[in-house]
Amino acid sequence: MNANVTAVPAHDEPEGAGVHEQRALGFWLYLMSDAAIFALLFMTYGIMVGNTAGGPSGKALFNLNNAALETALLLVSSTTFGFASLASKGGSRSAVLSWLLVTFVLGAGFIFLEIREFLGMIRAGAGPDRSGFLSAFFTLVGTHGTHVSFGLVWILILGGQVLFKGLTVPVTSRLFRLGLFWHFLDIAWVGIFSVVYLPGLL
Amino acid sequence: MERHGHASYIVGFILAVVLTAIPFYLVYAHALPPSRTMYVIAAAAVLQILVHLRFFLHINFTTTPRENLLALAFTAVLLVLMVGGSFWIMIDLHSRMAI
Repeated sequence: MNANVTAVPAHDEPEGAGVHEQRALGFWLYLMSDAAIFALLFMTYGIMVGNTAGGPSGKALFNLNNAALETALLLVSSTTFGFASLASKGGSRSAVLSWLLVTFVLGAGFIFLEIREFLGMIRAGAGPDRSGFLSAFFTLVGTHGTHVSFGLVWILILGGQVLFKGLTVPVTSRLFRLGLFWHFLDIAWVGIFSVVYLPGLL
Repeated sequence: MERHGHASYIVGFILAVVLTAIPFYLVYAHALPPSRTMYVIAAAAVLQILVHLRFFLHINFTTTPRENLLALAFTAVLLVLMVGGSFWIMIDLHSRMAI
């Protein structure tokens, strides 16, 4: 907190990356609490995974290619967001907007694949009401998908701010926190394919 | 700022691709017995999370503020307690109920 107070007088001056990182402590704490939510959903899934109640298991429902494609989209989008962050440090508004757009398209592709997978499962009678395993699956993977969807909304809003307000100090500071959020979601996805999809298809 | 240049993201991306490709290939090809594949999946996941923290979130021991590192370490302890403790309880209950 002291670091924040001392940073206030320099608020209007151009600044380096370090100040943004110090300012993000509150957002970092939010991410840590989010990590706790995900960890508990992973734990619930791990306990419920065998409770199929006579219904289908992951082996019958999951598709390795779909999971690999989702993984690729999210990983590339994390990298392109990194390029957007770098472009904002370089002060190039058009480069920031272009990379944000690429990130948005990749993230939207991920959500499209996920919704298609969910609808396919529900149509096949394997919705969240079918078994404890499926309740836990939809809760865990759906929570992640909801996060990504809100991240997409956030990218749109911040893209508008970059477009209309320019790369001001508050906007680049928000861009930094959105980056933390987006990279964090990719980490959560590493957990999902390692706990849900790959063991389910083994 | 140079520390977090394009190279950081590209190195992170390549490492993440390798650490993703290995477990996906093992599951795709059934190249190893399931129990050993599970160990590889777990090891690759832990390594990949460290890669993401280092190369995408730029967590390190020099420029990352100490409060952020402490929060991260505290969360890691909490997660181990909550997840490990819950599994301990549930597995113990399961084995007692099965008798």
